[in-house]
Amino acid sequence: IMFEETGPEWLSEEVKTGTTIIAIEFDGGVVLGSDSRVSAGASVVNRVMNKLSPLHDKIYCALSGSAADAQTIAEIVNYQLDVHSIEIGEDPQVRSAATLVRNISYKYKEELSAHLIVAGWDRRDGGQVFATMKGLLTRQPFAVGGSGSSYVYGFVDAEYRRGMRKEECQQFVVNTLSLAMNRDGSSGGVAYIVTIDEHGTEEKVVLGNQLPTFFDQ
Amino acid sequence: MRGQPLLSTVIHREKMAAAPVMMPYFGQQISSKSDLVPDWTRQEVSTGTTIMAVEYDGGVVIGADSRTTTGAYIANRVTDKLTRIHNKIYCCRSGSAADTQAIAEIVAYQLGFHSIELDEPPLVETAANLFRASCYRYREELTAGILVAGWDKRKGGQVYSVPIGGMLVRQPVSVGGSGSTYIYGFMDANYKPGMNKEQCMELTAAALSLAMERDGSSGGVVRLASISEEGVERRVILGNQLPKFSTH
Repeated sequence: IMFEETGPEWLSEEVKTGTTIIAIEFDGGVVLGSDSRVSAGASVVNRVMNKLSPLHDKIYCALSGSAADAQTIAEIVNYQLDVHSIEIGEDPQVRSAATLVRNISYKYKEELSAHLIVAGWDRRDGGQVFATMKGLLTRQPFAVGGSGSSYVYGFVDAEYRRGMRKEECQQFVVNTLSLAMNRDGSSGGVAYIVTIDEHGTEEKVVLGNQLPTFFDQ
Repeated sequence: MRGQPLLSTVIHREKMAAAPVMMPYFGQQISSKSDLVPDWTRQEVSTGTTIMAVEYDGGVVIGADSRTTTGAYIANRVTDKLTRIHNKIYCCRSGSAADTQAIAEIVAYQLGFHSIELDEPPLVETAANLFRASCYRYREELTAGILVAGWDKRKGGQVYSVPIGGMLVRQPVSVGGSGSTYIYGFMDANYKPGMNKEQCMELTAAALSLAMERDGSSGGVVRLASISEEGVERRVILGNQLPKFSTH
């Protein structure tokens, strides 16, 4: 018999943001949303993590997958965008930020396991949402990601309509996050919402007991 | 035994299609070990699927897609996955096509015999327990996710879920199969207790359409059935008549 102290399981498990993230475009801006759970195996190592990371004043990204990989990509792109925006002398385009994320995701696709959704507002094209999973780059009216997204594909397909206003989009994001957090063991905690339009960026937290409730059986 | 291959190399496949999957499954993009025989001949036939059953006051509504796959090949695009077990008891099958057909036939026989002994229509709970008994006893060998639904005089409309592993639970609304993951959120948001038959039919048709759109192993037509004291009423909704959603 080996009396080896291996320690608690979660110390050796990879830390993942098993997660639900969503971003949606409306006329004049975007709304991003995420849950707040970071898990290592069965243990929740952070129950209040904000997975909506700023890349620039009016460009945010939503993190999912390996926490380390996602955070590092976001930090690198934040730096690259700073340099780029100084070079061009104006605010960067959302497409540029998404391209920088995609370049890293694609070049290191064997080593990384993170999926970032990039969303923001710029003067040229207004609100935009880009998905960059596994190194592709595609603009979409809305995007969902993370382990919890599987459970809400049906809901977002059914509920999304073109031309929703800002408040409708915010409600849509909160509802989607709530449903996913109820079904996905790797998503939970509170909901973070970020709204970006030409006037500025607004961050909001919706606490657990304030989230909308649905049929629970 | 799963995966009866035509060649001597035995390829063990992870049965993913029946169990709800967390991440989209991009697997099976391997090249064949031999170019003589197409890949799908060595794959197990599965009803990678979406199935759903809903209780209402006075009966149940059940629904399923119609796709049976052998790997990437669609072996049957008009499958009937709503299988009669008794006059007013049906089951929805997901997982291995062979396993679920065999179990359903055995349970139908057992239930028919039991009903003759009793000299009255059998209970839905009895049928569900017969399914559970087989699915639990042979859990290592089987891949079967089954929804048992029907009407009896004692408790009215009932839905019982017997997922992989062989547990048994009664639920007012239940979904199953590989496509079910995509509609949990939709179902939670749109099901309300106290819906009538027509509302349940619409909910089921909408949910199945959404799942069929997202799950590669589900597709074809939507088969619906309603079971109540009056009897069984079956419907088919063809592809071009399915409810449409804005991302189309």
